[in-house]
Amino acid sequence: MSGSPQTFPQLLLLHAKERPDAVAMREKQFGIWQALSWSALLSMVRALAAGLAAAGLSRGQHIVVIGANRPRLYASMLAAQSVGAIPVPLYQDAAAAELVFPISNAEVGFAIVEDQEQVDKLLEVRQRFPGLARIWYDDPRGLRSMREPGVESLDTLVKAGMARDASDPTQFDVDIGRGRGTDVAALFFTSGTTGTPKGVMHTYAALIDRSLAGARFDKITPADEVLAYLPPAWVGQNIFSYAMWLAVGYIVNCPESADTVTIDLKEIGPTYYFAPPRVFEAFLTSVTIRMEDAGRPKRWLYDRFMGLANRIGRRLIEDQPVGVIDRLLYALGDLAIYGPLRNTLGMSRVRVAYTAGEAIGPDLFSFYRSIGINLKQLYGSTETAVFVCLQPDHEVRADTVGVPIDGVELKFASTGELLLRSPGLLKGYYKNEAATAEVLDSDGWYHTGDAGFLDAGGHLKIIDRAKDVGRLANGALFAPKFIENKLKFFPYIKEAVAFGDGREKVCALVNIDYSAVGNWAEKRNLPYAGYADLASKAEVYELIRTCVNKVNADLAADERLAGSQICRYLVLHKELDADDDELTRTNKVRRGFINEKYAVLVDALYGGLEQQYVETAVKFEDGRSGVVSAHVRIADAQTFPLQKAAA
Amino acid sequence: MRAVATAPVLAEGHVSSRGPAANEITEAPGRVGQVVLEVSHISLSFGGVKALTDISFDIREHEIRAIIGPNGAGKSSMLNCINGVYQPQQGSITYRGKTFKHMNCRQVAEMGVARTFQNLALFKGMSVLDNIMTGRNLRMKTNLFQQAIRWGAAEREEIANREFVEKIIDFLEIQAYRKTPVGKMPYGLQKRVDLGRALAMEPQVLLLDEPMAGMNVEEKQDMSRFILDVNDEFGTTIVLIEHDMGVVMDISDRVVVLDYGRKIGDGSPDEVRNNPDVISAYLGTVH
Repeated sequence: MSGSPQTFPQLLLLHAKERPDAVAMREKQFGIWQALSWSALLSMVRALAAGLAAAGLSRGQHIVVIGANRPRLYASMLAAQSVGAIPVPLYQDAAAAELVFPISNAEVGFAIVEDQEQVDKLLEVRQRFPGLARIWYDDPRGLRSMREPGVESLDTLVKAGMARDASDPTQFDVDIGRGRGTDVAALFFTSGTTGTPKGVMHTYAALIDRSLAGARFDKITPADEVLAYLPPAWVGQNIFSYAMWLAVGYIVNCPESADTVTIDLKEIGPTYYFAPPRVFEAFLTSVTIRMEDAGRPKRWLYDRFMGLANRIGRRLIEDQPVGVIDRLLYALGDLAIYGPLRNTLGMSRVRVAYTAGEAIGPDLFSFYRSIGINLKQLYGSTETAVFVCLQPDHEVRADTVGVPIDGVELKFASTGELLLRSPGLLKGYYKNEAATAEVLDSDGWYHTGDAGFLDAGGHLKIIDRAKDVGRLANGALFAPKFIENKLKFFPYIKEAVAFGDGREKVCALVNIDYSAVGNWAEKRNLPYAGYADLASKAEVYELIRTCVNKVNADLAADERLAGSQICRYLVLHKELDADDDELTRTNKVRRGFINEKYAVLVDALYGGLEQQYVETAVKFEDGRSGVVSAHVRIADAQTFPLQKAAA
Repeated sequence: MRAVATAPVLAEGHVSSRGPAANEITEAPGRVGQVVLEVSHISLSFGGVKALTDISFDIREHEIRAIIGPNGAGKSSMLNCINGVYQPQQGSITYRGKTFKHMNCRQVAEMGVARTFQNLALFKGMSVLDNIMTGRNLRMKTNLFQQAIRWGAAEREEIANREFVEKIIDFLEIQAYRKTPVGKMPYGLQKRVDLGRALAMEPQVLLLDEPMAGMNVEEKQDMSRFILDVNDEFGTTIVLIEHDMGVVMDISDRVVVLDYGRKIGDGSPDEVRNNPDVISAYLGTVH
């Protein structure tokens, strides 16, 4: 190894040499946070790398890693990269059928997975793609009597690796030394709201450059802590808990299980935090529900101080002038409400928090900022290794996504589409020259597919996906995501899909939030048998109508959007689900697919029917399929005339 | 879609979470060992009511043995005889070579037989952790005074036992509820805590009295998986009373069928399913 580290394993060696006893990772196990130092991590990686080499994994080959955030899975990715192989992290909640494409596309022969659930899925995949020869699992539970050829525990691999390393102790360092920044570091399959997934190839240089640029921008140091709880297959989680972790050397904490995240978050109190809007939305929903259940004095206090926070807190965090009395009042609120609330959310130590992936509702966004959490927005994607535009402290607005950071150049095509150049751009899509050529032109500009512009302050503003922005039949502007986001801000609405492009009016399909509406119904002594029953209640339709009406009133205030108020809506009888291809694995609505799948309902919305019978095919988590049927009611909403700006 | 998902699964007689290898595991040759517990000619009556009449069957090491039968067939009475809660008038029970006229609850527990209850007998006001800790009672050797000052041996003992309990919490995937009072938890999870407490005894034989009663399909599927995992992971012999035929036929190695206090069938799930007496008992043909 010469000069500064160019690859992740080289960075690992550096950390282990410079601060061997510093904590690299923590994992909560058996109720206790267990720390793993950089040197302990290195020996784990060393054994795994030797084991993988002994099993035949060689430079340039792919290895799949599937599971939640577990130290041994992170070590496995490092081990694969140590021998020059390319890890392919895949979503742990994907059904077996969804795994077939990436595994056969990348010709993967090796896999390291978390547990029995993943082993079962991969055995299913192997029937369709027999090349998947070796599978190792971290958690042996339920697999003790597994007799499938090539399926072994990770412990076995470590043992084999230790034996090999003992006989040839120099190989590990030689292999790591051969790594170059221009090598492909990892393959990320994009969820893709349309078509088959594409494997995005990123080089070490791209991932490390972007990680360091992001760290410089927010002064992230080795003393920072993050909680890794989103799927590692998502590029966002991978950057924040892997690439940046190795580039900067901060501490990554792995929660005990998916159910304990809120408890673990509170215990760890991360200082650097990253989540898509839906996570912040879920937190706020749970706070709202619990406040509704609280006693009258508490509710009064909460409402009072949240009003105050809305007025003062937002100015405070923006460093704008605030009067002495207001400052005192806010301090009182901090003592009574904001401080305890931040603590309950596990955000009392958060220095920098980011949200990205989807547009965040302005009210949701300012809720967090008003209680003193430095929540900011960033703009980026899998193809750009996340960091493109970030919001500097004190220059945060709900409707922009920040300024381009070090190394990024932006320009706009004549269509309004955003083009960018950055050292973090993808090397290409794996085995898909055509798709690569579509997004990456000969001058190195990446075509984002997003429509937007730079505002007066040089901040990037994204309107919608360029292809989604449409017009109603009468020519009025129709930005579906804008309307859907407004609907989704209500705690009772989990998901919404707006229709209107090329039609005479806007109609919407709404998914209720089961826990929020369920709680609401319980408090009204409204009995219900399950999701479908609850969704079809007349009372629930009334509840949703008030939400839709409020959105319409809001839209009426905007000259350009007043024409796209929601005329009719229905509450869907089933939750939109990634298993049914209605959402992507990152929970984005697949508009086109839903339009086709629920064509009957869409026709009913526009046909003026009161009720429509519908049968929907569903896929269960174990891969079976079935049919759900229901009579879905359709209701009208109130629309408002255009309000003058003063109103 | 999860709740609905399991309906066809159990009905068709598969526990899908076990995956393709399920059959291979339960039928792996050599897994089931020697007879550990043998019940011979047990008769039990309460006054004039004959609860059990001349019941004999055996339980082998590492197997999952189900006791089924219509309501009032004597299933729970049978479990209570093994457990020492009821003392049968006739017959004997042989456990690992020792024959008893009747069992004694404490003695049974010390010999490594644990049970769960049909109507949850948990301490509702105590946390999950504390409830499962009570299962370690027999393993604790220090006295009340030592425990009161919690020093030296008592502290070491508590730490060692807590570690064991944490492993059970991890095994049953109830980490998120560690400190939650049991009374506040959903029913299905309470059943899991009940199982956890029994597991804390490190039993060799585990008696489960209707572990899935009152559960929805998803909870049943989870519980089936836990039972199979306990059997697989710890090699625990399991005696199970259950009403859900899908579950019984799916997870048990051998099944005993009781009806009106008499044994009417005994054998593998397939044999029992095709036994005409069993069919008539379940379909209600004229006796």
